[in-house]
Amino acid sequence: MELLAEVTGNLGAVGYGLAAIGPGIGVGIVVGKALESIARQPEAIGILRTNMFLGIAFTEALALIGLVAGFIFT
Amino acid sequence: MGAILNSDQANVIAASSSEDGFSPPSIIEFFPPKLFEFGPDFLGQPMFAMTRINIIMLIMTTFLLVFFFTALRKPQLVPSGIQNLGEVFLDFVRVQISEEVLGHHAKRFNLLLTTMFFMIFAFNITGILPLMHIAASSVVAVPLILGLTSYFVFNYAGVKQHGLKGYLQMNLFPPGVPLPLYLLVTPIEAVSTFIFRPATLTIRLVANMIAGHMLLVLFYGGANYMLLVSDSFLLKPLGAFSYVAGFAFTLFEILVAFLQAYIFTLLTAVYISGAVSEEH
Repeated sequence: MELLAEVTGNLGAVGYGLAAIGPGIGVGIVVGKALESIARQPEAIGILRTNMFLGIAFTEALALIGLVAGFIFT
Repeated sequence: MGAILNSDQANVIAASSSEDGFSPPSIIEFFPPKLFEFGPDFLGQPMFAMTRINIIMLIMTTFLLVFFFTALRKPQLVPSGIQNLGEVFLDFVRVQISEEVLGHHAKRFNLLLTTMFFMIFAFNITGILPLMHIAASSVVAVPLILGLTSYFVFNYAGVKQHGLKGYLQMNLFPPGVPLPLYLLVTPIEAVSTFIFRPATLTIRLVANMIAGHMLLVLFYGGANYMLLVSDSFLLKPLGAFSYVAGFAFTLFEILVAFLQAYIFTLLTAVYISGAVSEEH
Protein backbone atom coordinates (compact mmCIF):
# COMPACT_ATOMS: atom_id res chain seq x y z
CA MET A 1 0.00 0.00 0.00
CA GLU A 2 1.27 3.43 -0.90
CA LEU A 3 2.18 5.75 1.96
CA LEU A 4 0.24 8.99 1.90
CA ALA A 5 1.82 10.68 4.91
CA GLU A 6 4.59 9.99 7.34
CA VAL A 7 5.42 11.30 10.80
CA THR A 8 8.98 11.43 12.06
CA GLY A 9 10.18 12.31 15.52
CA ASN A 10 8.51 11.59 18.81
CA LEU A 11 4.78 10.94 18.75
CA GLY A 12 4.69 11.53 22.50
CA ALA A 13 5.10 15.25 21.91
CA VAL A 14 2.06 15.26 19.59
CA GLY A 15 0.15 13.25 22.18
CA TYR A 16 0.96 15.72 24.90
CA GLY A 17 -0.09 18.59 22.67
CA LEU A 18 -3.48 16.94 22.17
CA ALA A 19 -3.76 16.17 25.88
CA ALA A 20 -3.15 19.81 26.76
CA ILE A 21 -6.02 21.23 24.67
CA GLY A 22 -8.91 20.18 26.88
CA PRO A 23 -7.35 21.04 30.25
CA GLY A 24 -6.17 24.38 28.82
CA ILE A 25 -9.72 25.35 27.92
CA GLY A 26 -10.96 23.92 31.23
CA VAL A 27 -8.53 25.87 33.41
CA GLY A 28 -9.41 29.01 31.45
CA ILE A 29 -13.11 28.52 32.17
CA VAL A 30 -12.49 27.76 35.86
CA VAL A 31 -10.32 30.82 36.47
CA GLY A 32 -12.52 33.08 34.36
CA LYS A 33 -15.66 32.10 36.23
CA ALA A 34 -13.89 32.46 39.58
CA LEU A 35 -12.71 35.96 38.70
CA GLU A 36 -16.22 36.85 37.54
CA SER A 37 -17.63 35.66 40.85
CA ILE A 38 -14.99 37.54 42.84
CA ALA A 39 -15.83 40.72 40.93
CA ARG A 40 -19.51 40.24 41.71
CA GLN A 41 -18.99 39.32 45.33
CA PRO A 42 -15.59 40.42 46.65
CA GLU A 43 -16.40 39.37 50.23
CA ALA A 44 -16.56 35.69 49.18
CA ILE A 45 -12.97 35.73 47.92
CA GLY A 46 -11.69 33.20 50.48
CA ILE A 47 -14.00 30.33 49.60
CA LEU A 48 -13.91 31.18 45.90
CA ARG A 49 -10.11 31.12 45.79
CA THR A 50 -9.97 27.77 47.56
CA ASN A 51 -12.51 26.24 45.22
CA MET A 52 -10.81 27.77 42.19
CA PHE A 53 -7.55 26.05 43.09
CA LEU A 54 -9.43 22.80 43.62
CA GLY A 55 -11.02 23.08 40.20
CA ILE A 56 -7.68 23.90 38.62
CA ALA A 57 -6.07 20.92 40.34
CA PHE A 58 -8.69 18.47 39.06
CA THR A 59 -8.66 19.86 35.53
CA GLU A 60 -4.89 20.05 35.34
CA ALA A 61 -4.54 16.41 36.38
CA LEU A 62 -5.63 15.40 32.86
CA ALA A 63 -2.81 17.33 31.24
CA LEU A 64 -0.32 15.86 33.69
CA ILE A 65 -1.51 12.34 32.98
CA GLY A 66 -0.96 13.17 29.31
CA LEU A 67 2.60 14.18 30.14
CA VAL A 68 3.29 11.03 32.14
CA ALA A 69 1.68 8.77 29.52
CA GLY A 70 4.39 9.74 27.06
CA PHE A 71 7.02 8.33 29.39
CA ILE A 72 5.10 5.21 30.35
CA PHE A 73 3.74 3.95 27.01
CA THR A 74 6.89 4.21 24.95
CA MET B 1 12.84 2.75 33.91
CA GLY B 2 14.96 2.82 37.04
CA ALA B 3 14.86 -0.93 37.07
CA ILE B 4 15.98 -1.19 33.45
CA LEU B 5 18.80 1.31 33.55
CA ASN B 6 21.39 0.96 36.23
CA SER B 7 23.47 4.01 36.98
CA ASP B 8 26.44 2.97 34.83
CA GLN B 9 24.28 2.63 31.75
CA ALA B 10 22.65 5.95 32.54
CA ASN B 11 26.07 7.58 32.69
CA VAL B 12 27.06 6.11 29.34
CA ILE B 13 23.86 7.32 27.69
CA ALA B 14 24.20 10.78 29.19
CA ALA B 15 27.80 11.01 28.00
CA SER B 16 27.07 9.77 24.49
CA SER B 17 24.21 12.16 23.94
CA SER B 18 26.28 15.21 24.92
CA GLU B 19 28.98 14.59 22.32
CA ASP B 20 27.22 16.31 19.44
CA GLY B 21 27.06 19.63 21.31
CA PHE B 22 23.49 20.07 22.38
CA SER B 23 22.09 17.49 24.80
CA PRO B 24 18.34 17.77 25.26
CA PRO B 25 17.12 16.94 28.77
CA SER B 26 15.90 13.41 29.29
CA ILE B 27 14.28 11.34 32.00
CA ILE B 28 17.70 9.98 32.98
CA GLU B 29 18.36 13.18 34.96
CA PHE B 30 16.04 11.84 37.62
CA PHE B 31 18.08 8.66 38.10
CA PRO B 32 21.42 10.09 39.19
CA PRO B 33 24.35 7.74 39.85
CA LYS B 34 24.89 6.36 43.33
CA LEU B 35 27.36 8.36 45.37
CA PHE B 36 28.02 5.76 48.05
CA GLU B 37 26.50 2.58 49.41
CA PHE B 38 26.25 1.25 52.92
CA GLY B 39 24.44 -1.26 55.09
CA PRO B 40 24.33 -5.05 55.17
CA ASP B 41 24.41 -7.07 51.97
CA PHE B 42 21.09 -7.70 50.28
CA LEU B 43 20.93 -9.75 47.06
CA GLY B 44 24.66 -9.31 46.54
CA GLN B 45 24.91 -5.56 46.97
CA PRO B 46 24.66 -3.17 49.93
CA MET B 47 21.12 -2.53 51.04
CA PHE B 48 21.17 1.27 51.02
CA ALA B 49 22.60 3.80 48.63
CA MET B 50 22.62 7.58 48.50
CA THR B 51 22.27 9.68 45.39
CA ARG B 52 22.54 13.43 44.94
CA ILE B 53 18.77 13.75 45.42
CA ASN B 54 18.79 11.89 48.75
CA ILE B 55 21.47 14.23 50.05
CA ILE B 56 19.36 17.23 48.99
CA MET B 57 16.47 15.74 50.97
CA LEU B 58 18.66 15.44 54.07
CA ILE B 59 19.88 19.03 53.69
CA MET B 60 16.36 20.43 53.33
CA THR B 61 15.06 18.38 56.28
CA THR B 62 17.89 19.74 58.42
CA PHE B 63 17.14 23.25 57.19
CA LEU B 64 13.46 22.96 58.15
CA LEU B 65 14.34 21.60 61.60
CA VAL B 66 16.89 24.34 62.26
CA PHE B 67 14.59 27.07 60.96
CA PHE B 68 11.56 26.17 63.06
CA PHE B 69 13.69 25.36 66.08
CA THR B 70 15.38 28.76 66.06
CA ALA B 71 12.12 30.53 65.21
CA LEU B 72 10.03 28.98 67.97
CA ARG B 73 12.59 27.99 70.59
CA LYS B 74 11.73 30.82 72.99
CA PRO B 75 8.36 32.14 71.83
CA GLN B 76 7.58 35.65 73.04
CA LEU B 77 4.09 37.07 73.47
CA VAL B 78 5.10 39.91 71.15
CA PRO B 79 7.03 38.14 68.38
CA SER B 80 10.08 39.70 66.84
CA GLY B 81 12.64 38.84 64.20
CA ILE B 82 12.68 35.26 63.00
CA GLN B 83 9.77 34.28 65.25
CA ASN B 84 7.59 36.63 63.19
CA LEU B 85 8.55 34.80 60.01
CA GLY B 86 7.89 31.37 61.50
CA GLU B 87 4.51 32.45 62.83
CA VAL B 88 3.47 33.94 59.51
CA PHE B 89 4.21 30.67 57.74
CA LEU B 90 2.49 28.52 60.36
CA ASP B 91 -0.50 30.86 60.45
CA PHE B 92 -0.87 30.66 56.70
CA VAL B 93 -1.37 26.89 56.78
CA ARG B 94 -3.59 26.98 59.85
CA VAL B 95 -5.89 29.79 58.70
CA GLN B 96 -5.88 29.43 54.92
CA ILE B 97 -5.95 25.64 54.70
CA SER B 98 -6.89 23.85 57.93
CA GLU B 99 -9.55 26.14 59.34
CA GLU B 100 -10.86 27.23 55.96
CA VAL B 101 -11.57 23.66 54.84
CA LEU B 102 -11.91 21.59 58.00
CA GLY B 103 -13.70 24.01 60.33
CA HIS B 104 -13.94 22.57 63.83
CA HIS B 105 -11.97 19.45 62.85
CA ALA B 106 -8.97 21.66 62.04
CA LYS B 107 -7.18 21.11 65.34
CA ARG B 108 -6.85 17.35 64.90
CA PHE B 109 -5.28 17.52 61.46
CA ASN B 110 -3.40 20.81 61.58
CA LEU B 111 -0.10 19.17 62.55
CA LEU B 112 -0.23 16.76 59.61
CA LEU B 113 -1.18 19.45 57.12
CA THR B 114 1.53 21.81 58.37
CA THR B 115 4.18 19.12 58.13
CA MET B 116 3.02 18.17 54.65
CA PHE B 117 3.00 21.76 53.40
CA PHE B 118 6.49 22.64 54.60
CA MET B 119 8.00 19.33 53.56
CA ILE B 120 6.63 19.63 50.03
CA PHE B 121 7.59 23.28 49.73
CA ALA B 122 11.13 22.69 50.97
CA PHE B 123 11.56 19.72 48.63
CA ASN B 124 10.09 21.60 45.65
CA ILE B 125 12.10 24.78 46.04
CA THR B 126 15.42 22.93 45.64
CA GLY B 127 14.62 22.80 41.93
CA ILE B 128 15.81 26.39 41.60
CA LEU B 129 18.28 26.70 44.49
CA PRO B 130 21.89 27.13 43.36
CA LEU B 131 24.13 24.03 43.62
CA MET B 132 21.11 21.74 44.02
CA HIS B 133 19.13 22.41 40.82
CA ILE B 134 16.80 19.47 41.09
CA ALA B 135 13.59 19.25 43.08
CA ALA B 136 13.89 16.59 45.76
CA SER B 137 10.25 15.72 45.07
CA SER B 138 10.93 14.97 41.40
CA VAL B 139 11.68 11.34 42.22
CA VAL B 140 8.41 9.48 42.54
CA ALA B 141 9.17 8.04 45.99
CA VAL B 142 8.55 11.34 47.80
CA PRO B 143 5.13 12.19 46.31
CA LEU B 144 4.13 8.53 46.55
CA ILE B 145 4.83 8.39 50.28
CA LEU B 146 2.98 11.67 50.79
CA GLY B 147 0.06 10.53 48.66
CA LEU B 148 -0.20 7.25 50.55
CA THR B 149 -0.03 9.14 53.85
CA SER B 150 -2.90 11.32 52.73
CA TYR B 151 -4.83 8.24 51.54
CA PHE B 152 -4.31 6.45 54.85
CA VAL B 153 -5.24 9.49 56.92
CA PHE B 154 -8.50 10.38 55.18
CA ASN B 155 -9.68 6.77 55.11
CA TYR B 156 -8.75 6.29 58.77
CA ALA B 157 -10.50 9.51 59.76
CA GLY B 158 -13.62 8.51 57.82
CA VAL B 159 -13.75 4.99 59.24
CA LYS B 160 -13.22 6.32 62.75
CA GLN B 161 -16.00 8.86 62.31
CA HIS B 162 -18.66 6.71 60.64
CA GLY B 163 -17.54 3.11 61.17
CA LEU B 164 -16.44 0.97 58.23
CA LYS B 165 -19.97 0.24 57.02
CA GLY B 166 -21.14 3.80 57.30
CA TYR B 167 -18.03 5.15 55.60
CA LEU B 168 -18.28 2.78 52.64
CA GLN B 169 -21.99 3.41 52.33
CA MET B 170 -21.42 7.17 52.36
CA ASN B 171 -18.79 6.93 49.64
CA LEU B 172 -20.11 4.15 47.43
CA PHE B 173 -23.88 4.59 47.76
CA PRO B 174 -24.56 8.33 47.95
CA PRO B 175 -28.19 8.94 48.95
CA GLY B 176 -30.72 10.44 46.56
CA VAL B 177 -29.78 8.36 43.53
CA PRO B 178 -32.41 6.22 41.73
CA LEU B 179 -31.78 2.55 42.47
CA PRO B 180 -30.74 1.32 38.96
CA LEU B 181 -28.20 4.11 38.66
CA TYR B 182 -26.12 2.59 41.47
CA LEU B 183 -24.85 0.13 38.85
CA LEU B 184 -23.14 3.12 37.25
CA VAL B 185 -22.44 5.32 40.28
CA THR B 186 -20.87 2.78 42.62
CA PRO B 187 -17.98 1.64 40.37
CA ILE B 188 -17.20 5.24 39.38
CA GLU B 189 -17.20 6.39 42.99
CA ALA B 190 -15.09 3.42 44.08
CA VAL B 191 -12.43 4.03 41.44
CA SER B 192 -12.36 7.80 41.84
CA THR B 193 -12.25 7.76 45.65
CA PHE B 194 -10.00 4.83 46.40
CA ILE B 195 -7.69 4.71 43.37
CA PHE B 196 -7.62 8.03 41.58
CA ARG B 197 -7.24 10.21 44.65
CA PRO B 198 -3.80 9.01 45.80
CA ALA B 199 -2.73 8.44 42.18
CA THR B 200 -3.54 11.97 41.05
CA LEU B 201 -1.98 13.48 44.18
CA THR B 202 1.26 11.64 43.40
CA ILE B 203 1.25 12.23 39.66
CA ARG B 204 0.36 15.91 39.96
CA LEU B 205 3.33 16.66 42.20
CA VAL B 206 5.91 14.51 40.46
CA ALA B 207 4.87 15.53 36.94
CA ASN B 208 4.96 19.22 37.84
CA MET B 209 8.43 18.90 39.27
CA ILE B 210 9.74 16.82 36.35
CA ALA B 211 8.24 19.21 33.81
CA GLY B 212 9.68 22.24 35.62
CA HIS B 213 13.16 20.75 35.74
CA MET B 214 12.99 19.76 32.06
CA LEU B 215 11.90 23.27 31.06
CA LEU B 216 14.76 24.89 32.94
CA VAL B 217 17.34 22.46 31.56
CA LEU B 218 15.98 22.92 28.04
CA PHE B 219 16.11 26.71 28.15
CA TYR B 220 19.47 27.09 29.91
CA GLY B 221 21.01 24.24 27.92
CA GLY B 222 19.72 25.79 24.72
CA ALA B 223 21.04 29.21 25.70
CA ASN B 224 24.43 27.72 26.52
CA TYR B 225 24.59 25.86 23.20
CA MET B 226 23.35 28.68 21.00
CA LEU B 227 25.37 31.47 22.66
CA LEU B 228 28.66 29.75 23.46
CA VAL B 229 29.04 26.51 21.50
CA SER B 230 27.36 27.09 18.16
CA ASP B 231 29.26 28.93 15.40
CA SER B 232 26.13 30.11 13.65
CA PHE B 233 25.67 33.87 13.99
CA LEU B 234 21.94 33.61 13.42
CA LEU B 235 21.42 31.51 16.54
CA LYS B 236 22.78 34.14 18.95
CA PRO B 237 19.58 36.21 19.33
CA LEU B 238 17.64 33.00 19.81
CA GLY B 239 20.12 32.02 22.51
CA ALA B 240 19.60 35.32 24.29
CA PHE B 241 15.85 34.82 24.09
CA SER B 242 16.27 31.32 25.47
CA TYR B 243 18.26 32.69 28.40
CA VAL B 244 15.58 35.28 29.21
CA ALA B 245 12.90 32.60 28.96
CA GLY B 246 14.93 30.41 31.31
CA PHE B 247 15.08 33.23 33.84
CA ALA B 248 11.34 33.81 33.54
CA PHE B 249 10.68 30.13 34.10
CA THR B 250 12.94 30.17 37.15
CA LEU B 251 10.62 32.76 38.67
CA PHE B 252 7.65 30.70 37.52
CA GLU B 253 9.12 27.66 39.28
CA ILE B 254 9.08 29.52 42.61
CA LEU B 255 5.36 30.03 42.10
CA VAL B 256 4.88 26.39 41.09
CA ALA B 257 6.80 25.14 44.13
CA PHE B 258 4.52 27.11 46.41
CA LEU B 259 1.35 26.33 44.46
CA GLN B 260 1.96 22.59 44.38
CA ALA B 261 2.61 22.49 48.13
CA TYR B 262 -0.59 24.50 48.64
CA ILE B 263 -2.69 22.33 46.34
CA PHE B 264 -1.40 19.05 47.75
CA THR B 265 -2.16 20.17 51.30
CA LEU B 266 -5.50 21.67 50.29
CA LEU B 267 -6.62 18.50 48.53
CA THR B 268 -5.59 16.39 51.52
CA ALA B 269 -7.64 18.70 53.74
CA VAL B 270 -10.61 18.48 51.36
CA TYR B 271 -10.45 14.67 51.27
CA ILE B 272 -10.31 14.54 55.07
CA SER B 273 -13.16 17.00 55.32
CA GLY B 274 -15.24 14.89 52.92
CA ALA B 275 -14.51 11.78 54.98
CA VAL B 276 -15.40 13.24 58.39
CA SER B 277 -18.36 15.39 57.36
CA GLU B 278 -21.56 14.54 59.23
CA GLU B 279 -23.79 14.14 56.19
CA HIS B 280 -23.06 13.94 52.53
